[in-house]
Amino acid sequence: MERKTPLYDLHVSLGGKIVPFAGYLLPVQYEGVIKEHMAVREACGLFDVSHMGEVLFEGPGALDALNFLMANDLRGMVDGQVRYSPMLNESGGIVDDLVVCRFDENRYMAVVNAANREKDVQWMREHLKAGVEMTDVSDQWAQLALQGPRSREILLQWTDEANLPKKYYHFCPRAEVAGVECILSRTGYTGEMGYEIYCAPENAEGLFRKLLESGAVPCGLGARDTLRLEAAMPLYGHEMTDEISPLEAGLSWAVKSDTHDFVGREAMLQRGVPRTRVGLKVTGKGIAREGQAVYAGTEPIGWVTSGTHLPYLGGAYAMALIASEQARPDAEVEIDVRGRRVAAKIVPLPFYKRAKG
Amino acid sequence: MAYNIPEELLYTKSHEWVRFTQEGNAVVGITDYAQHSLGDIVFINLPAEGDATTAGEQLTDIESVKAVADILSPVTGTVLRANEELDGAPEAINENPYEAWIVEIGEVTDRAELLSAEEYLRHVEQEEA
Repeated sequence: MERKTPLYDLHVSLGGKIVPFAGYLLPVQYEGVIKEHMAVREACGLFDVSHMGEVLFEGPGALDALNFLMANDLRGMVDGQVRYSPMLNESGGIVDDLVVCRFDENRYMAVVNAANREKDVQWMREHLKAGVEMTDVSDQWAQLALQGPRSREILLQWTDEANLPKKYYHFCPRAEVAGVECILSRTGYTGEMGYEIYCAPENAEGLFRKLLESGAVPCGLGARDTLRLEAAMPLYGHEMTDEISPLEAGLSWAVKSDTHDFVGREAMLQRGVPRTRVGLKVTGKGIAREGQAVYAGTEPIGWVTSGTHLPYLGGAYAMALIASEQARPDAEVEIDVRGRRVAAKIVPLPFYKRAKG
Repeated sequence: MAYNIPEELLYTKSHEWVRFTQEGNAVVGITDYAQHSLGDIVFINLPAEGDATTAGEQLTDIESVKAVADILSPVTGTVLRANEELDGAPEAINENPYEAWIVEIGEVTDRAELLSAEEYLRHVEQEEA
Protein backbone atom coordinates (compact mmCIF):
# COMPACT_ATOMS: atom_id res chain seq x y z
CA MET A 1 0.00 0.00 0.00
CA GLU A 2 1.48 3.32 -1.10
CA ARG A 3 1.63 6.27 1.23
CA LYS A 4 0.75 9.84 0.39
CA THR A 5 3.02 12.76 1.16
CA PRO A 6 1.44 15.83 2.82
CA LEU A 7 1.36 17.41 -0.66
CA TYR A 8 -0.61 14.64 -2.39
CA ASP A 9 -3.91 16.53 -2.73
CA LEU A 10 -2.09 19.59 -4.04
CA HIS A 11 -0.29 17.49 -6.68
CA VAL A 12 -3.60 16.11 -7.88
CA SER A 13 -5.23 19.56 -7.98
CA LEU A 14 -2.25 20.88 -9.99
CA GLY A 15 -2.78 18.17 -12.60
CA GLY A 16 0.13 15.99 -11.53
CA LYS A 17 0.22 12.51 -13.07
CA ILE A 18 0.55 10.30 -10.00
CA VAL A 19 2.66 7.13 -9.92
CA PRO A 20 3.83 4.82 -7.15
CA PHE A 21 7.49 5.39 -6.30
CA ALA A 22 9.48 3.95 -3.38
CA GLY A 23 6.28 3.26 -1.46
CA TYR A 24 4.80 6.71 -2.06
CA LEU A 25 2.31 8.19 -4.50
CA LEU A 26 4.14 11.03 -6.22
CA PRO A 27 3.73 13.07 -9.41
CA VAL A 28 5.89 11.86 -12.29
CA GLN A 29 5.06 15.07 -14.15
CA TYR A 30 2.59 17.94 -14.28
CA GLU A 31 2.72 19.46 -17.76
CA GLY A 32 5.66 17.59 -19.20
CA VAL A 33 9.14 16.37 -18.34
CA ILE A 34 10.92 18.55 -20.89
CA LYS A 35 9.18 21.74 -19.80
CA GLU A 36 9.88 21.01 -16.14
CA HIS A 37 13.50 20.09 -16.85
CA MET A 38 14.07 23.34 -18.73
CA ALA A 39 12.42 25.35 -15.96
CA VAL A 40 15.06 24.10 -13.53
CA ARG A 41 17.95 24.79 -15.92
CA GLU A 42 16.73 28.26 -16.88
CA ALA A 43 14.53 29.54 -14.04
CA CYS A 44 13.29 27.61 -11.02
CA GLY A 45 11.52 24.33 -10.33
CA LEU A 46 9.91 23.00 -7.16
CA PHE A 47 9.84 19.30 -6.19
CA ASP A 48 8.12 17.39 -3.42
CA VAL A 49 10.81 15.13 -1.98
CA SER A 50 9.01 14.37 1.26
CA HIS A 51 9.51 10.67 0.60
CA MET A 52 13.19 10.98 1.56
CA GLY A 53 14.03 9.53 4.99
CA GLU A 54 15.65 11.37 7.90
CA VAL A 55 17.51 9.64 10.71
CA LEU A 56 18.78 11.50 13.76
CA PHE A 57 22.00 10.59 15.62
CA GLU A 58 22.35 12.16 19.06
CA GLY A 59 24.86 11.78 21.87
CA PRO A 60 28.59 12.02 22.54
CA GLY A 61 29.24 9.00 20.31
CA ALA A 62 27.34 10.34 17.30
CA LEU A 63 30.35 11.26 15.18
CA ASP A 64 32.25 8.02 15.90
CA ALA A 65 29.21 5.93 15.15
CA LEU A 66 28.41 7.69 11.89
CA ASN A 67 32.01 7.74 10.76
CA PHE A 68 32.18 3.97 11.13
CA LEU A 69 29.07 3.61 8.96
CA MET A 70 30.14 6.07 6.27
CA ALA A 71 32.86 5.66 3.65
CA ASN A 72 33.43 9.40 3.66
CA ASP A 73 35.18 10.94 6.66
CA LEU A 74 32.82 13.17 8.64
CA ARG A 75 35.46 14.50 11.01
CA GLY A 76 36.32 18.15 10.50
CA MET A 77 32.79 19.15 9.56
CA VAL A 78 31.56 22.38 11.09
CA ASP A 79 28.07 23.02 12.52
CA GLY A 80 25.68 23.65 9.64
CA GLN A 81 27.67 21.62 7.14
CA VAL A 82 26.42 18.79 4.91
CA ARG A 83 28.54 15.93 3.60
CA TYR A 84 27.70 13.26 1.03
CA SER A 85 28.72 9.65 1.64
CA PRO A 86 28.12 6.13 0.43
CA MET A 87 27.35 3.56 3.15
CA LEU A 88 28.87 0.15 2.43
CA ASN A 89 27.95 -3.42 3.22
CA GLU A 90 30.43 -6.05 4.45
CA SER A 91 31.41 -6.99 0.90
CA GLY A 92 32.17 -3.43 -0.18
CA GLY A 93 28.95 -2.90 -2.12
CA ILE A 94 26.67 0.04 -1.45
CA VAL A 95 23.79 -0.14 1.06
CA ASP A 96 22.75 3.42 0.24
CA ASP A 97 24.13 6.87 -0.51
CA LEU A 98 23.11 9.71 1.71
CA VAL A 99 23.93 13.14 3.06
CA VAL A 100 24.81 13.84 6.67
CA CYS A 101 23.94 17.21 8.22
CA ARG A 102 25.86 18.34 11.32
CA PHE A 103 23.81 20.42 13.77
CA ASP A 104 26.51 20.28 16.44
CA GLU A 105 29.15 17.85 17.67
CA ASN A 106 26.53 15.69 19.38
CA ARG A 107 23.73 15.89 16.83
CA TYR A 108 23.69 14.79 13.21
CA MET A 109 20.93 13.97 10.73
CA ALA A 110 21.33 11.48 7.89
CA VAL A 111 19.05 11.90 4.86
CA VAL A 112 18.49 8.59 3.06
CA ASN A 113 16.73 7.32 -0.05
CA ALA A 114 13.06 6.54 0.51
CA ALA A 115 13.30 3.09 -1.04
CA ASN A 116 16.13 2.17 1.34
CA ARG A 117 14.86 3.75 4.52
CA GLU A 118 13.93 0.58 6.38
CA LYS A 119 16.96 -1.34 5.15
CA ASP A 120 19.23 1.55 6.16
CA VAL A 121 17.77 1.97 9.61
CA GLN A 122 18.17 -1.74 10.29
CA TRP A 123 21.71 -1.76 8.90
CA MET A 124 22.75 1.27 10.94
CA ARG A 125 21.23 -0.19 14.10
CA GLU A 126 23.10 -3.47 13.62
CA HIS A 127 26.41 -1.64 13.19
CA LEU A 128 25.87 1.16 15.68
CA LYS A 129 28.65 1.93 18.17
CA ALA A 130 27.91 2.91 21.76
CA GLY A 131 27.16 6.40 23.02
CA VAL A 132 24.61 7.40 20.44
CA GLU A 133 20.86 7.38 20.17
CA MET A 134 19.47 6.80 16.71
CA THR A 135 15.90 7.82 15.77
CA ASP A 136 14.04 7.53 12.49
CA VAL A 137 12.35 10.92 12.25
CA SER A 138 11.24 10.62 8.61
CA ASP A 139 7.57 11.10 9.40
CA GLN A 140 8.27 14.37 11.19
CA TRP A 141 9.63 16.03 8.07
CA ALA A 142 8.30 17.05 4.71
CA GLN A 143 10.91 18.13 2.20
CA LEU A 144 10.74 20.49 -0.78
CA ALA A 145 13.52 21.02 -3.31
CA LEU A 146 13.67 24.47 -4.88
CA GLN A 147 16.16 24.26 -7.73
CA GLY A 148 17.39 26.53 -10.49
CA PRO A 149 19.15 29.84 -11.13
CA ARG A 150 16.15 31.84 -9.84
CA SER A 151 15.79 29.81 -6.63
CA ARG A 152 17.65 32.34 -4.45
CA GLU A 153 15.61 35.26 -5.71
CA ILE A 154 12.36 33.35 -5.15
CA LEU A 155 13.36 32.28 -1.66
CA LEU A 156 14.28 35.85 -0.74
CA GLN A 157 10.65 36.82 -1.25
CA TRP A 158 9.83 34.64 1.76
CA THR A 159 12.86 34.76 4.04
CA ASP A 160 15.71 37.00 5.22
CA GLU A 161 19.00 36.86 3.45
CA ALA A 162 20.64 35.94 6.78
CA ASN A 163 18.83 32.56 6.62
CA LEU A 164 20.33 31.60 3.27
CA PRO A 165 23.37 29.33 3.59
CA LYS A 166 26.30 31.16 2.02
CA LYS A 167 28.02 28.07 0.72
CA TYR A 168 27.06 24.96 -1.21
CA TYR A 169 26.57 21.97 1.12
CA HIS A 170 25.79 24.13 4.14
CA PHE A 171 22.47 24.60 5.91
CA CYS A 172 20.66 26.90 8.29
CA PRO A 173 19.11 24.75 11.08
CA ARG A 174 16.32 27.19 11.97
CA ALA A 175 15.27 29.43 9.11
CA GLU A 176 11.89 31.09 9.03
CA VAL A 177 10.53 30.81 5.50
CA ALA A 178 7.08 32.34 4.91
CA GLY A 179 6.45 32.18 8.64
CA VAL A 180 7.33 28.48 8.82
CA GLU A 181 10.31 27.13 10.71
CA CYS A 182 12.52 25.15 8.33
CA ILE A 183 15.89 23.58 7.90
CA LEU A 184 17.20 25.39 4.83
CA SER A 185 19.97 23.52 3.05
CA ARG A 186 21.92 24.56 -0.03
CA THR A 187 21.93 21.16 -1.65
CA GLY A 188 20.12 19.40 -4.47
CA TYR A 189 20.01 16.67 -7.05
CA THR A 190 19.72 18.59 -10.30
CA GLY A 191 23.18 19.99 -11.03
CA GLU A 192 21.74 23.45 -10.55
CA MET A 193 22.01 26.07 -7.80
CA GLY A 194 19.22 25.40 -5.32
CA TYR A 195 17.90 24.61 -1.89
CA GLU A 196 16.29 21.76 -0.01
CA ILE A 197 13.77 22.87 2.58
CA TYR A 198 12.70 20.63 5.46
CA CYS A 199 9.54 21.58 7.34
CA ALA A 200 6.79 20.04 9.46
CA PRO A 201 4.31 18.06 7.29
CA GLU A 202 1.40 20.36 8.19
CA ASN A 203 3.30 23.38 6.85
CA ALA A 204 4.36 21.82 3.55
CA GLU A 205 1.34 22.68 1.45
CA GLY A 206 1.29 26.38 2.40
CA LEU A 207 4.99 26.68 1.69
CA PHE A 208 4.73 24.83 -1.63
CA ARG A 209 1.90 27.13 -2.73
CA LYS A 210 3.80 30.28 -1.79
CA LEU A 211 6.88 29.24 -3.72
CA LEU A 212 4.69 28.50 -6.76
CA GLU A 213 3.12 31.95 -6.37
CA SER A 214 6.59 33.46 -6.67
CA GLY A 215 7.16 31.73 -9.99
CA ALA A 216 8.61 28.30 -9.21
CA VAL A 217 7.38 25.63 -11.64
CA PRO A 218 6.09 22.39 -10.06
CA CYS A 219 8.25 19.48 -11.20
CA GLY A 220 7.78 15.72 -10.94
CA LEU A 221 9.95 12.64 -10.62
CA GLY A 222 10.47 12.49 -14.39
CA ALA A 223 12.37 15.77 -14.48
CA ARG A 224 14.17 14.89 -11.25
CA ASP A 225 15.56 11.84 -13.04
CA THR A 226 16.52 13.58 -16.31
CA LEU A 227 18.14 16.45 -14.40
CA ARG A 228 20.27 14.21 -12.22
CA LEU A 229 21.24 12.11 -15.22
CA GLU A 230 22.25 15.19 -17.22
CA ALA A 231 24.39 16.23 -14.24
CA ALA A 232 25.69 12.60 -14.07
CA MET A 233 24.65 12.14 -10.46
CA PRO A 234 24.40 8.43 -9.65
CA LEU A 235 21.08 7.06 -8.40
CA TYR A 236 20.74 4.19 -5.96
CA GLY A 237 19.38 1.06 -7.61
CA HIS A 238 20.88 2.09 -10.94
CA GLU A 239 24.51 3.27 -10.79
CA MET A 240 24.78 1.97 -7.22
CA THR A 241 23.59 -1.32 -5.76
CA ASP A 242 24.52 -3.81 -3.03
CA GLU A 243 26.84 -5.35 -5.63
CA ILE A 244 28.58 -2.25 -6.96
CA SER A 245 31.43 -0.66 -5.02
CA PRO A 246 31.66 3.13 -4.67
CA LEU A 247 35.00 3.08 -6.48
CA GLU A 248 33.33 1.45 -9.47
CA ALA A 249 30.47 3.94 -9.28
CA GLY A 250 32.89 6.85 -9.62
CA LEU A 251 32.51 7.96 -6.01
CA SER A 252 36.16 7.71 -4.93
CA TRP A 253 36.04 11.41 -4.04
CA ALA A 254 33.58 10.49 -1.27
CA VAL A 255 35.54 7.46 0.00
CA LYS A 256 38.29 8.17 2.53
CA SER A 257 39.85 4.75 3.07
CA ASP A 258 43.23 6.35 3.93
CA THR A 259 41.97 8.38 6.85
CA HIS A 260 39.56 6.13 8.77
CA ASP A 261 38.09 2.68 9.22
CA PHE A 262 34.51 1.95 8.18
CA VAL A 263 32.21 -0.97 7.46
CA GLY A 264 33.14 -2.59 4.15
CA ARG A 265 36.50 -0.83 3.81
CA GLU A 266 38.72 -3.94 3.57
CA ALA A 267 36.39 -5.75 1.20
CA MET A 268 36.09 -2.71 -1.03
CA LEU A 269 39.86 -2.33 -1.28
CA GLN A 270 40.34 -6.05 -1.95
CA ARG A 271 37.90 -6.21 -4.83
CA GLY A 272 39.68 -3.42 -6.71
CA VAL A 273 37.93 -1.63 -9.53
CA PRO A 274 37.08 -4.20 -12.24
CA ARG A 275 34.26 -2.04 -13.58
CA THR A 276 33.91 1.70 -14.08
CA ARG A 277 30.96 4.05 -14.47
CA VAL A 278 31.23 5.91 -17.77
CA GLY A 279 29.19 8.39 -19.75
CA LEU A 280 27.91 7.44 -23.19
CA LYS A 281 26.65 9.71 -25.90
CA VAL A 282 24.48 7.84 -28.36
CA THR A 283 25.79 8.69 -31.83
CA GLY A 284 23.49 6.32 -33.75
CA LYS A 285 19.72 6.50 -33.89
CA GLY A 286 17.80 5.58 -30.78
CA ILE A 287 17.60 5.95 -27.03
CA ALA A 288 19.65 3.80 -24.67
CA ARG A 289 17.77 2.53 -21.62
CA GLU A 290 18.68 0.92 -18.33
CA GLY A 291 19.67 -2.73 -18.53
CA GLN A 292 20.74 -2.75 -22.17
CA ALA A 293 24.05 -4.47 -22.92
CA VAL A 294 27.10 -2.50 -24.03
CA TYR A 295 29.50 -4.04 -26.56
CA ALA A 296 33.02 -3.34 -27.80
CA GLY A 297 32.81 -5.08 -31.17
CA THR A 298 31.29 -8.47 -30.40
CA GLU A 299 32.40 -8.55 -26.78
CA PRO A 300 29.88 -7.62 -24.08
CA ILE A 301 31.62 -5.19 -21.70
CA GLY A 302 28.83 -4.03 -19.41
CA TRP A 303 25.36 -2.54 -19.21
CA VAL A 304 23.50 0.73 -19.26
CA THR A 305 22.62 1.85 -15.71
CA SER A 306 20.49 4.87 -16.74
CA GLY A 307 19.68 6.35 -20.12
CA THR A 308 17.24 8.60 -21.88
CA HIS A 309 16.96 11.70 -24.02
CA LEU A 310 18.43 14.64 -22.10
CA PRO A 311 16.31 17.74 -22.63
CA TYR A 312 18.84 20.54 -22.07
CA LEU A 313 21.63 18.92 -24.07
CA GLY A 314 19.16 17.70 -26.65
CA GLY A 315 20.36 14.16 -27.31
CA ALA A 316 20.39 10.59 -26.11
CA TYR A 317 22.87 9.94 -23.31
CA ALA A 318 23.46 7.14 -20.86
CA MET A 319 25.59 6.09 -17.96
CA ALA A 320 26.96 2.57 -18.03
CA LEU A 321 29.00 0.26 -15.85
CA ILE A 322 31.65 -1.33 -18.06
CA ALA A 323 34.89 -3.29 -17.76
CA SER A 324 37.52 -0.82 -16.55
CA GLU A 325 40.02 -1.70 -19.28
CA GLN A 326 37.42 -0.62 -21.86
CA ALA A 327 36.73 2.71 -20.19
CA ARG A 328 38.85 4.82 -22.54
CA PRO A 329 37.81 8.36 -23.49
CA ASP A 330 36.28 8.61 -26.97
CA ALA A 331 36.13 4.80 -27.38
CA GLU A 332 33.39 3.69 -29.78
CA VAL A 333 30.97 1.15 -28.35
CA GLU A 334 27.58 -0.29 -29.28
CA ILE A 335 24.41 -0.63 -27.25
CA ASP A 336 21.87 -3.38 -27.81
CA VAL A 337 18.65 -1.36 -28.04
CA ARG A 338 16.00 -4.10 -28.13
CA GLY A 339 17.85 -6.19 -30.67
CA ARG A 340 19.24 -3.30 -32.67
CA ARG A 341 22.92 -2.30 -32.33
CA VAL A 342 23.19 1.44 -31.82
CA ALA A 343 26.54 3.27 -31.89
CA ALA A 344 27.70 5.29 -28.88
CA LYS A 345 30.86 6.96 -27.69
CA ILE A 346 32.42 7.21 -24.25
CA VAL A 347 32.36 10.86 -23.17
CA PRO A 348 33.49 12.61 -19.98
CA LEU A 349 31.14 13.02 -17.01
CA PRO A 350 29.25 15.12 -16.12
CA PHE A 351 27.37 15.62 -19.37
CA TYR A 352 26.15 18.99 -18.07
CA LYS A 353 27.90 21.35 -15.68
CA ARG A 354 26.33 24.67 -14.82
CA ALA A 355 28.28 27.83 -15.55
CA LYS A 356 29.58 29.28 -12.30
CA GLY A 357 28.68 32.82 -11.34
CA MET B 1 -9.44 13.81 -19.11
CA ALA B 2 -10.82 14.64 -22.55
CA TYR B 3 -8.93 13.39 -25.57
CA ASN B 4 -9.30 14.40 -29.18
CA ILE B 5 -10.81 11.45 -31.10
CA PRO B 6 -11.76 12.52 -34.65
CA GLU B 7 -14.97 10.95 -36.00
CA GLU B 8 -13.57 10.14 -39.45
CA LEU B 9 -10.74 7.85 -38.33
CA LEU B 10 -10.60 4.21 -37.22
CA TYR B 11 -8.74 3.05 -34.14
CA THR B 12 -7.01 0.04 -32.64
CA LYS B 13 -7.23 -1.07 -29.02
CA SER B 14 -3.48 -0.45 -28.85
CA HIS B 15 -4.05 3.27 -29.57
CA GLU B 16 -3.06 3.64 -33.20
CA TRP B 17 -5.30 5.56 -35.60
CA VAL B 18 -5.75 4.62 -39.23
CA ARG B 19 -7.19 6.43 -42.23
CA PHE B 20 -7.82 4.53 -45.46
CA THR B 21 -7.04 6.44 -48.65
CA GLN B 22 -9.12 6.14 -51.82
CA GLU B 23 -6.56 3.63 -53.12
CA GLY B 24 -7.11 1.50 -50.01
CA ASN B 25 -3.78 2.35 -48.41
CA ALA B 26 -3.65 2.70 -44.62
CA VAL B 27 -2.18 5.89 -43.17
CA VAL B 28 -1.21 5.21 -39.55
CA GLY B 29 -0.39 7.31 -36.51
CA ILE B 30 -0.87 7.20 -32.74
CA THR B 31 -3.81 8.74 -30.92
CA ASP B 32 -4.03 11.76 -28.68
CA TYR B 33 -4.47 9.39 -25.74
CA ALA B 34 -1.29 7.52 -26.71
CA GLN B 35 0.85 10.64 -27.06
CA HIS B 36 -0.49 11.91 -23.77
CA SER B 37 0.33 8.68 -21.95
CA LEU B 38 3.83 8.62 -23.40
CA GLY B 39 4.67 12.23 -22.58
CA ASP B 40 7.40 14.10 -24.45
CA ILE B 41 8.26 12.03 -27.53
CA VAL B 42 11.94 12.16 -28.42
CA PHE B 43 12.52 9.39 -30.95
CA ILE B 44 10.68 7.28 -33.44
CA ASN B 45 12.30 4.38 -35.19
CA LEU B 46 10.75 4.87 -38.64
CA PRO B 47 10.11 1.74 -40.72
CA ALA B 48 11.72 1.57 -44.16
CA GLU B 49 9.91 1.54 -47.48
CA GLY B 50 9.17 -2.03 -48.47
CA ASP B 51 9.00 -3.39 -44.92
CA ALA B 52 6.29 -6.01 -44.57
CA THR B 53 3.77 -5.41 -41.79
CA THR B 54 1.39 -7.80 -40.05
CA ALA B 55 -1.91 -6.74 -38.51
CA GLY B 56 -1.64 -6.66 -34.72
CA GLU B 57 2.11 -7.13 -34.68
CA GLN B 58 4.91 -4.69 -34.00
CA LEU B 59 5.36 -2.05 -36.68
CA THR B 60 7.99 -0.02 -34.90
CA ASP B 61 8.76 1.60 -31.56
CA ILE B 62 8.50 5.07 -30.21
CA GLU B 63 10.36 6.61 -27.28
CA SER B 64 9.47 9.38 -24.91
CA VAL B 65 11.71 10.75 -22.18
CA LYS B 66 10.01 8.39 -19.77
CA ALA B 67 9.36 5.23 -21.73
CA VAL B 68 9.47 3.18 -24.88
CA ALA B 69 6.33 1.81 -26.49
CA ASP B 70 5.60 -0.50 -29.40
CA ILE B 71 3.45 0.72 -32.24
CA LEU B 72 1.39 -2.14 -33.65
CA SER B 73 0.38 -2.31 -37.28
CA PRO B 74 -3.38 -2.02 -37.84
CA VAL B 75 -3.05 -3.87 -41.17
CA THR B 76 -1.07 -6.48 -43.02
CA GLY B 77 0.70 -4.97 -46.01
CA THR B 78 3.85 -3.23 -47.20
CA VAL B 79 5.25 0.12 -46.06
CA LEU B 80 4.98 2.57 -48.98
CA ARG B 81 6.52 5.53 -47.17
CA ALA B 82 7.31 6.85 -43.72
CA ASN B 83 6.94 10.41 -42.52
CA GLU B 84 10.61 11.44 -42.65
CA GLU B 85 9.77 14.82 -41.10
CA LEU B 86 9.35 13.02 -37.79
CA ASP B 87 13.01 11.99 -37.87
CA GLY B 88 14.22 15.40 -36.78
CA ALA B 89 11.02 16.47 -35.04
CA PRO B 90 9.25 13.57 -33.28
CA GLU B 91 7.63 16.09 -30.91
CA ALA B 92 5.23 16.86 -33.77
CA ILE B 93 3.34 13.75 -32.59
CA ASN B 94 2.73 15.42 -29.22
CA GLU B 95 1.72 18.66 -30.85
CA ASN B 96 -0.72 17.23 -33.34
CA PRO B 97 -1.02 13.43 -33.28
CA TYR B 98 -3.52 13.30 -36.15
CA GLU B 99 -1.45 15.46 -38.53
CA ALA B 100 1.78 13.69 -37.67
CA TRP B 101 1.16 10.44 -39.53
CA ILE B 102 3.89 7.82 -39.17
CA VAL B 103 3.58 5.45 -42.14
CA GLU B 104 1.46 4.74 -45.17
CA ILE B 105 0.95 1.03 -45.78
CA GLY B 106 -0.16 -0.35 -49.15
CA GLU B 107 -1.04 -3.79 -50.57
CA VAL B 108 -3.35 -4.22 -47.60
CA THR B 109 -4.53 -7.82 -47.29
CA ASP B 110 -5.75 -7.98 -43.69
CA ARG B 111 -6.89 -5.72 -40.86
CA ALA B 112 -6.69 -5.93 -37.09
CA GLU B 113 -9.89 -5.29 -35.14
CA LEU B 114 -10.63 -1.64 -35.84
CA LEU B 115 -12.87 0.54 -33.70
CA SER B 116 -15.04 3.52 -34.60
CA ALA B 117 -14.41 6.80 -32.80
CA GLU B 118 -17.29 6.07 -30.45
CA GLU B 119 -16.05 2.55 -29.67
CA TYR B 120 -12.53 3.83 -29.16
CA LEU B 121 -13.75 6.51 -26.73
CA ARG B 122 -15.39 3.78 -24.64
CA HIS B 123 -12.18 1.73 -24.79
CA VAL B 124 -10.13 4.70 -23.53
CA GLU B 125 -12.62 5.35 -20.75
CA GLN B 126 -12.25 1.73 -19.65
CA GLU B 127 -8.45 1.99 -19.63
CA GLU B 128 -8.61 5.19 -17.62
CA ALA B 129 -11.02 3.76 -15.06
